[in-house]
Amino acid sequence: MKIVVAIKQVPERDAPVHVAADGKWIDEGDLNYTINEPDAYALEEALQLKEKNGTGEVVVVCAGPERVQSTLREALAKGADRAIHIEIDDLGSRDTLGIAQILADAIKAESPDLILTGLQSDDLGLGQTGVVLAELLGIPHATIIMQVEATGSGLKVKRELEDGWFQHVEMPLPALLTIQSGGNKLRYATLMGIKKAKTKELKTVPAAASSGAPSIALERVYLPEKQKKTEMLTGSPAEVAAKIVEKLKFEVRVL
Amino acid sequence: MSGVLVVMEQRSGVWNRMSFEALAAAQQLAAKLGVECSAVVLGADVHSLATELASKKLAKVYAAQHDLLNSYTSDGYVAVLEQLIKQNAPAFVLFPHTYQVRDFAPALATRFQQVLISDVIAIHDGPVFVRQLLQGKLNADYRHTASGPCFVSVQAGTFRADAVEEGASTVENFAPQLSAEQLRSKPGELFRESAQTVDLSSAPVIVSVGRGIGEQDNLGIVEELASALGAELAASRPICDNGWLPMERQVGSSGQTVSPKLYVAVGISGAIQHLVGMKGSKAVIAINKDENAPIFEVADYGVVGDLFEIVPELTKAIQAAKA
Repeated sequence: MKIVVAIKQVPERDAPVHVAADGKWIDEGDLNYTINEPDAYALEEALQLKEKNGTGEVVVVCAGPERVQSTLREALAKGADRAIHIEIDDLGSRDTLGIAQILADAIKAESPDLILTGLQSDDLGLGQTGVVLAELLGIPHATIIMQVEATGSGLKVKRELEDGWFQHVEMPLPALLTIQSGGNKLRYATLMGIKKAKTKELKTVPAAASSGAPSIALERVYLPEKQKKTEMLTGSPAEVAAKIVEKLKFEVRVL
Repeated sequence: MSGVLVVMEQRSGVWNRMSFEALAAAQQLAAKLGVECSAVVLGADVHSLATELASKKLAKVYAAQHDLLNSYTSDGYVAVLEQLIKQNAPAFVLFPHTYQVRDFAPALATRFQQVLISDVIAIHDGPVFVRQLLQGKLNADYRHTASGPCFVSVQAGTFRADAVEEGASTVENFAPQLSAEQLRSKPGELFRESAQTVDLSSAPVIVSVGRGIGEQDNLGIVEELASALGAELAASRPICDNGWLPMERQVGSSGQTVSPKLYVAVGISGAIQHLVGMKGSKAVIAINKDENAPIFEVADYGVVGDLFEIVPELTKAIQAAKA
């Protein structure tokens, strides 16, 4: 089975967030970037499927500026066979449809049996790129997937629903799945893997020019207003503990 | 093109309660824009649900019925809603931000060369749609800039279901074109994993732990705090994903929804998926090293600091107070 994993590079979760001067995004100067966590689970699922089958190929694809190559190299070190870097410096100028289109252009040529991606990104969190990509490629999809099992003719997947419910869905190949985190344990790259990754193919392709104006626009970003008036408790750990106990006794009344 | 259409969600004849929050959002948006609001419900036989909707303030209730809509499939829902939207040309299409909507609405929007504005937490004049970025650390204003219909999904708890306006409307049957070959995937029955033995929803006090705990070996200090407080131990998703605590202790959109008297959030940043599961708590205490963590937006009492220093001190102080 040939599996393409579409991954995104995002700011690290602990990254300091400062609104940029134009108010439309965050300062990128002092940011560190990493693989979008749900995409890491998609990669893990792909690697495990290949290992279970004993045959196949895992190709990782990422769109973005040059810095995304470090994330692709990391995926190669974990066990992906090849990487495709779709070079685009102004990813933010395209909407989900525009980004899914450049991914579709690059992936179509690969004719994969299966496309995996994370269910949403840690930065924009629109949670749509996978579904839109499937629609553009004309293949079936299923979202928020915990388990993937190859059957004779296609796939049987376990879909997560709300409140602890699940559902199995069967579908033919080729197909696209968006992967939920937690279905597998993530692996680390081994020293051997890192060495090997240096010899693996990392191809750079240009992104096609945008075919139309975006249909939605991000106009402004800002710190959220507090929904509640939070009383901040300060002092040494012992002082803070004493203050909390007072609150628990006289305000919350659980002691 | 005008009007607002809200897509209501049902399963086996039972409403998803978030649908009525989306309905309230749709009615309010329509009132602001001075246009009509209509609703649609899909299924094999949704006559009684549609009749129930007809008692709300709506221009029209569409009952989109077809035997192949008995179980949800993305292919079925996209095909049917595409036909209905082409026929009625609403300017806005609203959905509740459910797992089902996340599965099909992006594909439906693509059919119209549009992008769904997903997971909206407020709608301002304009209309401007507010959503969260970076795990809730930032809010962002989005505007629809294209000429086609604007697709929007509304996060749980954003609008109040009891704000839905009553009225009188008519039910119109919508008979879509749909054939079995169009449905490429085969949905199975819904199921739950092993019976849940932990019912967090009835716990009066919950101590919940997140990523900030660092590693499994550190969980002990939080367990001790929970036991000192006589609280149930809970967690945010990453802790359960790592297998450090069982999935049944997870609070959030994919886990349990809780509303205890006291919720102590230890090392939880407060992504929206977690907040929707606990924001009904009467009192929230948050301990986190990041002063900008979104958990502080819903906390009554906040402590910015090192949980490894604060939690053991707090456990000691509670034990002393109880002694």
